[in-house]
Amino acid sequence: MAGVSAKEVLFEPIFSNNPIALQILGICSALAVTTSMNVTIVMCLAVIAVTAFSNLAVSLVRTQIPGSIRIIVQMTIIASLVIVVDQVLKAYAYEISKQLSVFVGLIITNCIVMGRAEGFAMNNTPGMSFLDGVGNGLGYSVMLLFVAFFRELFGAGSLFGVTLLPSVNEGGWYVTNGLLLLPPSAFFIIGLAIWGLRTWKPEQVEEKDYKLSAHKVKEAF
Amino acid sequence: MAKAKDTVSRTVMVALVLSIVFSVVVSTAAVTLRPAQIKNQNLDIKTNILSASGMLEPGASADEIESTFERFDVRLVDLDSGEFVEPSAVGVKDPMKYDMYKAASDPAMSTDIPSSEDKAGIKRRPNVAKVYTLSENGELKRVVLPIHGYGLWSTLYGFMALEGDLNTIEGLGFYSHAETPGLGGEVDNPRWKQQWVGKELYADDPSEPQIRLVKGGVNADAKNKEHKVDALSGATLTSRGVQQLVNYWMGDRGFAPFLKKLREGEV
Repeated sequence: MAGVSAKEVLFEPIFSNNPIALQILGICSALAVTTSMNVTIVMCLAVIAVTAFSNLAVSLVRTQIPGSIRIIVQMTIIASLVIVVDQVLKAYAYEISKQLSVFVGLIITNCIVMGRAEGFAMNNTPGMSFLDGVGNGLGYSVMLLFVAFFRELFGAGSLFGVTLLPSVNEGGWYVTNGLLLLPPSAFFIIGLAIWGLRTWKPEQVEEKDYKLSAHKVKEAF
Repeated sequence: MAKAKDTVSRTVMVALVLSIVFSVVVSTAAVTLRPAQIKNQNLDIKTNILSASGMLEPGASADEIESTFERFDVRLVDLDSGEFVEPSAVGVKDPMKYDMYKAASDPAMSTDIPSSEDKAGIKRRPNVAKVYTLSENGELKRVVLPIHGYGLWSTLYGFMALEGDLNTIEGLGFYSHAETPGLGGEVDNPRWKQQWVGKELYADDPSEPQIRLVKGGVNADAKNKEHKVDALSGATLTSRGVQQLVNYWMGDRGFAPFLKKLREGEV
């Protein structure tokens, strides 16, 4: 992939080629961990670390990996890194790791990580692959933080755990929107975000699979 | 186009080397971080106990929590007889290391609860429970008891703290549950938990806990208001679960025999 600059590799995934908004990957964790900003940030850092270092590791050994076992090799690398991240969180950010619970472990199955290892790191130099990992991690993070911002602000009346809209349950005036604390709300927010992004960058709109034709049958009544 | 790297021997080699390298990485991380993790887990339990008994200063540091917790004695209690047992009876040296929830799944260390009595929905109950007592100058000031039971979606795990009279509630808190955020999840709401403070467990019979979660709030002139707590709005099943689990654990099959003996100074 000659001619691609480091800057493009790093920043393209944020808006132009966002892993969640354009490729629709990694939705599962985007629903699960976005009820509060603090938790989301830690999750994002974990995903950035895993994508960056798994890309780096895969790229370093890419000339050695036999084609027949390359997916397993990538999985092993990713799984090991995820375990390390999980252990670090349990040791240094225990409260948040309790809230993230299984979702740190589930980074292993996050399509973004695997997709970048197979799609980019297998064919590019370690430096570029590392940047690509960071870039895609950032793309994931931008989307998650966007979702978490609305969910925490309107669902709990706070941001980063600091109360901005005092809720009725705590003696304030704001009636919290319970739906926003439940996973389906993230679908709505992601959907609206994708709509917004594609309005801003129309080249991301997919080609239509079908065309509506005019209704020609005469009505019987 | 069979390249050198695609031969069978090469494939096996790469697989082997990779497995060894990453097992070393993973085990190193697990072993070196283990002490910090155990410290966190213990600190978490201590924080929950202090928080249930209203002794947790907001923003307290780890050291402050440790030193406040030092004032508690950790004891093991046989639930049937209501008497203290030595840690060696459950195979541990330090009572802090005993895990009553693990014991509940060990047939030798727990008993089945007949479904007619299983108000808390927990199916099995450990024979020995871990309790925390706080005494000052030989006088019992506080007892913190572990409680758990089923709500709507999940088992709620928490602590109940009682004052020295073993009847007045000092506080209640759940540290692990998966109830609906905003509805049943409001069991974590400090304002709701505040209502429990000062409520009384028993009326005349010290084996029949009287706690009721009632709808529509508890008026100042309500009958038996010392036993009543406002239920969580929009969370009937979680509220019912909390009422049942508190009454189960404070009742005959739970801590009542122990509390009775403690009150009479027999243990």
